[in-house]
Amino acid sequence: MKPQDLTESLNKHPFLKNMNEELLKTLTSCASNIVFNEGSYLFHEGQDAKTFYLLRSGRVALEVGGGERGQIRIQTVGAGEVLGWSWLISPYKWHFDAYAMEQVHAFAIDATCLINKCETDCRFGYEMLRRFSEVLERRLEATRLQLLDVYGSAVGDRGENY
Amino acid sequence: MIESPVADNEIEAVNAMTPALAAIRRVTWETDDTFTLLIDPPLMNGRPFSFRPGQFNMVYAFGLGESAISISSDPAKSNSLAHTIHRVGTVTSALSRLRRGDTIGLRGPFGTAWPLEEAVGKDVCIAAGGIGLAPLRPVIYTLISRRKEFGRIVILYGARSPLDLLYRVELEEWSKVPNTEVIITVDRGDSSWKGHIGVVTALFSYIKMDSPSTIAMVCGPEIMMKYTYEELERRGLSQEQIYISMERNMKCGVGLCGHCQFGPRFICKDGPVFRLPQVRHLLDKKEI
Repeated sequence: MKPQDLTESLNKHPFLKNMNEELLKTLTSCASNIVFNEGSYLFHEGQDAKTFYLLRSGRVALEVGGGERGQIRIQTVGAGEVLGWSWLISPYKWHFDAYAMEQVHAFAIDATCLINKCETDCRFGYEMLRRFSEVLERRLEATRLQLLDVYGSAVGDRGENY
Repeated sequence: MIESPVADNEIEAVNAMTPALAAIRRVTWETDDTFTLLIDPPLMNGRPFSFRPGQFNMVYAFGLGESAISISSDPAKSNSLAHTIHRVGTVTSALSRLRRGDTIGLRGPFGTAWPLEEAVGKDVCIAAGGIGLAPLRPVIYTLISRRKEFGRIVILYGARSPLDLLYRVELEEWSKVPNTEVIITVDRGDSSWKGHIGVVTALFSYIKMDSPSTIAMVCGPEIMMKYTYEELERRGLSQEQIYISMERNMKCGVGLCGHCQFGPRFICKDGPVFRLPQVRHLLDKKEI
């Protein structure tokens, strides 16, 4: 794919919505297309986090090794979402396994390249951090809601006589 | 200006306190703790039973008491009436022990309905969590039976786990209806579960909404509804386009006893279906 085509494709991804053209070009220089077959892993827990992904299609399950319980699926992410922020935060290791439940098409963003751009261009660095902060906030909110187990029995709300 | 939902129960308040006897035709266990009673609809105040999607009955387990339970059947089928019930306390546990041919008491139907006529010509987004799919099922039946009158239909459904999903066969059938999308997520799934894992609000990432022409109907635990309407607002829906169904412990069902008072409103009489601006300002108040 030509860089211009790649920029146009990236521009359609929700994570990059309304990003100005100049910053988008900077990001494009670190991006490539990638496909993962169903049943393959995008990355494993403990590996160096050198890439993050903007998913275009397919679905990825985040799993954690649960010992005797086997692999525990904690979340799925799909088209239009971002996968991975460990590249941004020390010690730059993946905290989960990422399993392709279906064939996955994604943009892979090279983290080493991206960090270099962020450090040399503060405006670009701020823009990336701002967008990732929104993703982190939404994921944190979703995780809190998940932890609340809101669909459990509601005796406390309605009384024992209900 | 569009009217707020209006209840029928004020009209029938005098006769509303006497339960009608109804026979159980079938009991279907949907999950480990949730079951559906299929009931022969009784005459109510001498008239054939009819209801609007979103309304509820007071269901009486003799000798123990009543619970307010939403009607989950197809309003177009006058020969059957269904209640899907989550077994959580004394009354619902007693109801769970009933068998074919047993008798219960019914009062109703009470409360306001989902805004189906307002949704004509518009896209409809239905967001349900857990047992919250039950009060929305009559809406879905109606939307599908009158399919051409509505735009795109999106049904987002979240449950605790794959084993806690209600109406699995119907969910599959609904997903095959033209221009209708059903997306399901669970809070906890294992490797055998091929669907989404995460909260119901995360599903909005996967749909495109024509916000100005969408009506949203939301039902589930209050905290789930709060996150859902916030997400809908974030996606451009105004509060006037969002309806939620509230739940409180009820006694009389007709706004006399005050058990279900919610600020200046009674859930049984002014609800359970509310347009969001009617209750939004009350939902964050811990005192209520």
